[in-house]
Amino acid sequence: MKAYMDYGAAKPVDKAVIDAMTPYFSKVYGNPASFYTIGFDAYNAVIKARDQLAKLIGAIQGEIIFTSCATESNNLALLGITQRYKKKGKRVIISEIEHISIINIAKELTRQGFEVLYAPVDNEGILDMEKFRELVNDDTVLVSIMAANNEIGTIQPIKEIAKIVHDHNAIFHTDAVAAVGQIPINVKEMDIDLLSFSSNDLYGPRGVGAIYLKSGLRAKPHMIGGGQEGGQRSGSENVPGIVGMGKAAEITLETMKDESKRLKKLRDRLSKGLLESIQESFMNGHPTKRVPNNANIRFSFIEGEALILSLDQIGINASSGSACLAKTLEPSHVLRALGLAHEYAHGSLVFTLGKGNNEEQVEYVIDSMPDVVHKLRAMSPLTPKELK
Amino acid sequence: MYSDKVLDHFKNPRNVGEIENPDGEGSVGNPVCGDMMTIYLKIKDDRIEDIKFKTFGCGAAIATTSMTTELAKGKTLDEALEITRDKVAEALDGLPPVKMHCSNLAADALHDAIKDYQKKKRE
Repeated sequence: MKAYMDYGAAKPVDKAVIDAMTPYFSKVYGNPASFYTIGFDAYNAVIKARDQLAKLIGAIQGEIIFTSCATESNNLALLGITQRYKKKGKRVIISEIEHISIINIAKELTRQGFEVLYAPVDNEGILDMEKFRELVNDDTVLVSIMAANNEIGTIQPIKEIAKIVHDHNAIFHTDAVAAVGQIPINVKEMDIDLLSFSSNDLYGPRGVGAIYLKSGLRAKPHMIGGGQEGGQRSGSENVPGIVGMGKAAEITLETMKDESKRLKKLRDRLSKGLLESIQESFMNGHPTKRVPNNANIRFSFIEGEALILSLDQIGINASSGSACLAKTLEPSHVLRALGLAHEYAHGSLVFTLGKGNNEEQVEYVIDSMPDVVHKLRAMSPLTPKELK
Repeated sequence: MYSDKVLDHFKNPRNVGEIENPDGEGSVGNPVCGDMMTIYLKIKDDRIEDIKFKTFGCGAAIATTSMTTELAKGKTLDEALEITRDKVAEALDGLPPVKMHCSNLAADALHDAIKDYQKKKRE
């Protein structure tokens, strides 16, 4: 049996999305800037997609800017906003558990002379609001806190965070890649100024992403050219990709409620089944404040990469926060921020469920994992005798 | 990213286990960096009669320890001391560069185990 449970890493593109995109490769190939029918058709397709994205997050059409990926959106948000509004202040705050793209952009901001501070989380991965409140001051120009974490799935109190940021007239960005499509996000209700999201996380094509930029805000663009996307992101539009992301957003809006309910049920069964059948296994993250598709479980005395390779042999695909999978050879900064010691962070497994998963697969994983874990534990010098 | 030989040794590791009252024992690595291996030796007439290992770590850590034990089994101690990290990697048709230093430690554990045996013998 196959059980792909790494939807956070990559999702298959929805069939309806591919169908929606197809005409825009070689039939409606016009440039949206051209002043004739085939150009107008492409232009209208981009407008429609913008509207589909706006509806998904409660924005208005003109507030959506298409980029090439969520990483680019994060770059525009962090580098572009700090550059444009640097007179407001020097302080930038991000959380300790941001996605690696935000972490590395923040390092660049430090190099540029900004005072970057890292807001801590508690041992369940929720932002420590008291400490956060102490960090935000009137010299703060930008705060970037992710809506949901990609590894441990924890959901942050975005509305509450936005209030604190705005009390100091700072700008609030959220990387919502792991949240959009999993939980309802409304930028107006949550008072978000900028929000990054990706296409593939909605079962759309890769190579396209978007950023919501609240009316009235402008970032200093890093892609300068013909002035597309309101001058915020120049370059001829990736029309098929944009149409695909729009369609994916439309489908997400229609199906999210039921799909999230279904995934939550599968996820809860998966976590419960694994925690019950495998000794010395623990849940990472918050028990309830987490996106419905995420389960992050750590198994003591073994290492994540070996676990992933073993699971691949029996058709199960998941991810890990182990150092051995990282280019840096450091275990996940997210797990470390929870206060987990290195040796415990190594044995963590991340499941992100999606459309292709069903009860049968979940039962298969629950039935097969104990043997896999046992085999690696039997080989490990760290395993206590009673577990062998 | 791994060669077929690495995957074979990972899937079917040779000589896993412990030897009770080993003639020599050597450990390297630590759980903090994610790799730790122990090698146990049974020696007869200065030859490695039996060798077993335990490894905590990634696929490369397990495969290199397995390969090290396979290369060492039946060898004289002098021959076994010539087994190096590079020779283990070569026997596995190579390792990803990032794994060369962090996970390819088993040859050191083997050398430690031999030295442990030689030290015990002198006592």
